[in-house]
Amino acid sequence: MSERKPLPDRADTARITRQIMRRQAGLSVRVASVFLVLILGLPLVNRYAPAIAQARIWGFPASWLFLGLLFYPVTVALSVYFVRASDRIEAECRTYFDSDGDGAAR
Amino acid sequence: MTLLQWIPVFGVIFMTVATIGLGLWATRAAKTAADFFVAGRSVSVFWNASAISGEYLSAASFMGIAGLLMKNGYDALWYPACYAAGYLFLLLFIAGPLRRFGAYTIPDFAEGRFDSPNFRKVAVTFVLFIGFFYTMPQMKGAGLVLGAILNWPYWAGIAVVGMVITFNVAFGGMKGITFVQAFQYWAKMFAIALPIFILAGTFNHYPTNLKKIATTPGEIPSVWPDSTQVDRVQTIKGQANYPANVLACSPLGTTVIRLPEGARIARLSPVRTPREGEDRIENLLRVIRYPSKNNAGGDLAQTVYGADDGPISIAGEAEMIAMGVPVTRGGKPVMEDGKPVMTSAKIEFEQKTKLAISPGAPSPNTPTNLRWIEPFGPMTSKHGYPLLYTYSLIIALICGTAGLPHILVRFYTNPDGRAAKRTTLWVMVMLGSFYVFPPIWGTLGRLVQPSLYVTGATDQVVITLPNKLENPLLGAVLSAITSAGAFAAFMSTFSGLLVSMSGALAHDIYGKILRPRATPQQRMRMFKIAAVVIGAASMGLGLLVESFDIAMMVGWAFAIAACSYFPLLLLGAWWPGLTKFGAGCGMLGGGVLSLGAIVTSMLLDKKVIPLTVSPLTRSLLEQPAIWGVPLALGLMVVVSKLTAGSIPEDVDLKMLRLHAPEELGFSKNYIEH
Repeated sequence: MSERKPLPDRADTARITRQIMRRQAGLSVRVASVFLVLILGLPLVNRYAPAIAQARIWGFPASWLFLGLLFYPVTVALSVYFVRASDRIEAECRTYFDSDGDGAAR
Repeated sequence: MTLLQWIPVFGVIFMTVATIGLGLWATRAAKTAADFFVAGRSVSVFWNASAISGEYLSAASFMGIAGLLMKNGYDALWYPACYAAGYLFLLLFIAGPLRRFGAYTIPDFAEGRFDSPNFRKVAVTFVLFIGFFYTMPQMKGAGLVLGAILNWPYWAGIAVVGMVITFNVAFGGMKGITFVQAFQYWAKMFAIALPIFILAGTFNHYPTNLKKIATTPGEIPSVWPDSTQVDRVQTIKGQANYPANVLACSPLGTTVIRLPEGARIARLSPVRTPREGEDRIENLLRVIRYPSKNNAGGDLAQTVYGADDGPISIAGEAEMIAMGVPVTRGGKPVMEDGKPVMTSAKIEFEQKTKLAISPGAPSPNTPTNLRWIEPFGPMTSKHGYPLLYTYSLIIALICGTAGLPHILVRFYTNPDGRAAKRTTLWVMVMLGSFYVFPPIWGTLGRLVQPSLYVTGATDQVVITLPNKLENPLLGAVLSAITSAGAFAAFMSTFSGLLVSMSGALAHDIYGKILRPRATPQQRMRMFKIAAVVIGAASMGLGLLVESFDIAMMVGWAFAIAACSYFPLLLLGAWWPGLTKFGAGCGMLGGGVLSLGAIVTSMLLDKKVIPLTVSPLTRSLLEQPAIWGVPLALGLMVVVSKLTAGSIPEDVDLKMLRLHAPEELGFSKNYIEH
């Protein structure tokens, strides 16, 4: 982009920053908690529910199947969700600045 | 050497020539300073993701995970899973903001975020420090592979990899290596996957093999399942490589070991650590000495040794017999679950000892099928706190990945923050597809090549397993493919490390600290000089670490990164209240203490420090991330609160630059085209 928009003044900058950051951080924390429950929960299942962890699925012990194979598509699915949602937040932020949001920001 | 033995060498030569050729081809396009440092920020998402994946899949990923899984079973699955999951954390918290901030290196970020040139110096030190720790294991891997397939001396592999990559980096900079690394990702993916599909035809499929292991929980693979096997002489590593010099015999069967002349046993002990009040075991090992040459008519001399006997020296040729012995307390057998508890001999040799093991004996140094396939096996439960050890390992691997400086540099080659997020997404797809395969190799290795347990060289399984095929030509061709893949791994990771370290010297130390007014041309020249100097230093360091463990050195780099850079980036990007004092204290405190803990743990292992520490302390020293990461984060918060006066005045604008989309015009590039 060749032309740059004038920077909003200090108070507005702070407000907008907080708004963008809060939404992005909320999204990141939500996705991270789903992931953390999975990865930090697995050792507990292994420890306290060995019958589930060692159940046989397609010849694999269940816990092995999850950590050695299914874990990868699950993390990719979480990332796809995150990238889409994060793009949406940024698109909204852009329209806020581009349209009559200019006035609102000032 | 026969022609067949040369085939793997052709694989290595092909990979080396391809690396030089592609590097030269890509270099023609690298003209400007931005090309050099960040590949002109013109790399497309797909190629950038290939390059990041290519750079990340190092010796540890290509050879190490298969070897570690073969040795430890289920617990080793945490390594590939968390290596990949680290990128999720990068994506969620770091990738976008870091690229938007427009800094080229972590030191740029450190200075720009806190307006503190001094902080740049601290950050540069960490880049070099972590970089060198990560370089050493790559160098060692290169030395080992050429030793294994060619019988070349250790230094030869280091010289080949070191010189080829230094040449590529010095001439092409970042742009020169981006295409090479992208190519190397696909080469590695092909090399780890294709042989598995062919091997599965002979040695069964993954689920079948796992089922076989799971349904025979009490068994241990025998050393030579095939009794026509001729190569029965194996080398046991010397004491310098503790604990690889150990031969821990299984109590499940009888192991007959033939010793060469002049073998010396440093120590003899039971494999199961005796509990309080149990009797000393008197009959661990029987040694039968053959009549010597000048006493041909003499009798066989048989001696029985017990726990803690040693050193034992054997003058002539001899045979040792170890078998399962019941553990007793006050003369009565100790029972567990209605069965008597058995143990056997753990033999530690003084130096490399060539020996032969009887066919059909249970393989030494091998966990039972049950301990192997179930969680909390030999790796995580060795100090008695398996859950704690597992959690600490998970934290170290995930946070360490998200804080490795040579990986983070790559995010600046994205055109913008959105592309940075998309690139990370693709990296996770590429790494996930790769990491499915090393555990398949490790599982096959347990069933097909258990002799690797004897020498402790399970790291070689990817290179040597194909030779077990009945068709020797096919075996050699597949081994050539995996050898080429292993070389691609050393070379791509070393390229990335060399670029990030040379960048730190040329861009941060020379361009920002020593000569702030240097022209882009001068900086480019400095980059080339720095690449040569650091390349030479890396080769020198590689020569020094022959006796160190690859996994141990990589662990150091991960733990330091997890406890220093990860907290800096996380709080730096998201918490406006972070001050330079807080960030500095947290980084130094976390990084230095965790490194100290790991070094202490290693010295305890080698018995340099004659202290007995509690198993809990021992676990926390060996895997420090569980306290190191919270400590660093806590220090950052507390010290920042105390020094709140030094928060930069324009911190809101900085935060906006980190988080607002580029089109709004807050971003600024440190290196302009």
